[in-house]
Amino acid sequence: MNDLNTNMIEKYRNSFLNEVEANVEEGEWVKMCMQCGVCSGSCPLGNAWEHPPQELFMMIRAGKREEVLSSDSMWMCTSCYNCIVRCPREVPITHIMHGLAHYARRLGMEPKEQPTAKFAQLFWDNLMKKGRVNELKLGIDLYFKVGEGMKTALKNKDIGIAMWKAKRMNPMEFFGGHAVKDLNGFQKAIKKAEELEAARLDKHKA
Amino acid sequence: MTEVVATNETILVVGGGISGMTAAIEAAETGKRVVLVEKRAYLGGRVSQFYKYFPKMCFPTCGLEINQRRTKMNPNITVLTMAEVTNLEGEAGNYNATITLSPRYINDNCTGCGDCAKVVEAEFDNEYDYGMSKRKGAYLPHVMAHPMRYVLDPAIIGTEDADKARAACKVDAVDLDMQQEEVKFNCGAVIWATGWQPYDADKIQPYGHDRFDNVLSNVEFERMCDPKGPTGGKIVRPSDGKVAKNIAFIQCAGSRDHNHLYHCSRICCMATLKQTNYVTDALGDDADVTIYYIDIRSIDRFEDFYKKVQDNDNVKFIKSKVASVTRDSGGNPVCNGVDTEGYHRYANAHDMVILATGMEPSVDADKFPVDIVINREGFIEADEKNGGIFAAGVASEALDVNRAVQHATGAALRAIQVINRVATTEA
Ligand SMILES: Cc1cc2nc3c(=O)[nH]c(=O)nc-3n(C[C@H](O)[C@H](O)[C@H](O)COP(=O)(O)OP(=O)(O)OC[C@H]3O[C@@H](n4cnc5c(N)ncnc54)[C@H](O)[C@@H]3O)c2cc1C
Ligand code: SF4
Ligand code: SF4
Repeated sequence: MNDLNTNMIEKYRNSFLNEVEANVEEGEWVKMCMQCGVCSGSCPLGNAWEHPPQELFMMIRAGKREEVLSSDSMWMCTSCYNCIVRCPREVPITHIMHGLAHYARRLGMEPKEQPTAKFAQLFWDNLMKKGRVNELKLGIDLYFKVGEGMKTALKNKDIGIAMWKAKRMNPMEFFGGHAVKDLNGFQKAIKKAEELEAARLDKHKA
Repeated sequence: MTEVVATNETILVVGGGISGMTAAIEAAETGKRVVLVEKRAYLGGRVSQFYKYFPKMCFPTCGLEINQRRTKMNPNITVLTMAEVTNLEGEAGNYNATITLSPRYINDNCTGCGDCAKVVEAEFDNEYDYGMSKRKGAYLPHVMAHPMRYVLDPAIIGTEDADKARAACKVDAVDLDMQQEEVKFNCGAVIWATGWQPYDADKIQPYGHDRFDNVLSNVEFERMCDPKGPTGGKIVRPSDGKVAKNIAFIQCAGSRDHNHLYHCSRICCMATLKQTNYVTDALGDDADVTIYYIDIRSIDRFEDFYKKVQDNDNVKFIKSKVASVTRDSGGNPVCNGVDTEGYHRYANAHDMVILATGMEPSVDADKFPVDIVINREGFIEADEKNGGIFAAGVASEALDVNRAVQHATGAALRAIQVINRVATTEA
């Protein structure tokens, strides 16, 4: 193809598709979708999605930035991978769903009170403290911030006791919990990564 | 013993489908000597298993008959059936071919009277009907088979049935001592026309071809619609024999799919549009056909054919590749998916579902008896490295009959040029 053609393609290329390709994990695959619908029809939670993956891909290509990034849909993905194994084009749909959700969150565009988003945040905050997940605290936080608090905690108490007996969970972790070896180094690395990411995101903030 | 007279000015044609027959006839009619090697017991290939041809909706028997006649009448063509090329070496202008012939147990005396079949009792799955009917251990592959000679199934050799067949034959055609044979001969160019086989529908797990009786592949449905086929041409559900009126076709079943065949098989859209006509012809206004598709590829002049089907009120098109087929309590196959025009979720029950499966090359890429350039899809590439070996018809890519025949004529011309070169250097 000559330069003139390439330039024209770039000029008219939908900028939201460009944005997705640059910022969303596996985003460069969105253009490969042939709109067959197999992914949407294969999703076991399909009924819960306002826009199934096939539609999200078309919306991206149609430049519907607000609707896509503020959508609840990609947060519904449970990573069952049914769509990926069936997609005739090998589009990594699951990864793109998580990539879109993550990108929306970074831009602060995710729907408010989205439970999956809330849980993801809890998980992240928990992980950042000690460089490893404190499962006891994560469970408790989850019950009180997302679930029904005491009721859920009590319902699961037998499982908790069994895990404790099998040495799968240590109640002492409640008081601080242990950290990775080089906690300082871990936190520095994360900070650096966040700076790099923030600089890149600035370009696309609406 | 089978005798084959051949020199390095002979053309070997492998595969006696419509493409191989065409290439052989075209070359022979210019005066070249041709040996035509066919694996089956008869010529005609997959085309002989069709009820009607698109786009004209005429019977394939008509075109086949003309070609069978031209083959029979031409002294330049030697036909070997039940034969396969087991070795091939050499270079353009000088190849040595080894052909292995399986015993037919019936010799040239056969008049096609069928007395042997009347007395034989053992029955086998009929491959001509893709296993949907039974045939005897002594059989004529199909009513228009050429050569018109019966075949004994090797499984009855050594049983009482074989002796009964021999006793019943009035012209001494049953020869139970026939053995597998090898013939070797010289040839100057090779035309490879081994065609296609249907993609194995069982491999498309979400569609349940292996689990649900009422899910058929398009080649099976083609046999069902043929009055000479397993149901006498009645369109009925295999599960309960009831007339099937509400019929769904699923396009690109196993084609254009990285989990199955990479390529578009190119004819299955047209095959479905053709088969839709079988249904509406048989049932009139009772027909209720749904075609699930990604896009309909009725290439160039076939567009008219598509338009006519679109205009039929008894045919619905749903733009969606079905995600899965399940079965409801009434034994009806249910198509599940989401459509592309509005993203509506559907779960539609049908009497019968036909999978428009595509064509894959009939010879495995690693089973060619000679080095040859094969593409990712398994078809033969036109490449100088192939020397004097030329692909014809569907062995080169997915084609309809019209294009396969044109392609075969081109292959014949290429082979003729090699032979002419040999002839001039040797003169
Ligand atoms: C469902 C369906 C419906 C179709 N309907 C139509 C239609 O209506 N109209 C139309 O134009 N096209 C139709 N087609 C396409 C048509 O079938 C092909 O174009 C045609 O069969 C091509 O002929 P061929 O000779 O290349 O291959 P084939 O018909 O496959 O013939 C190949 C021959 O080679 C033989 N062979 C294979 N391997 C060997 C070997 N190792 N050694 C020796 N011999 C071998 C085979 O036994 C066979 O006889 C349809 C296809 C499908 C799938
Ligand atoms: S299955 Fe793949 S090609 Fe089909 S709509 Fe989904 S992403 Fe697109
Ligand atoms: S011809 Fe039609 S059904 Fe067959 S693979 Fe191509 S698009 Fe799909």
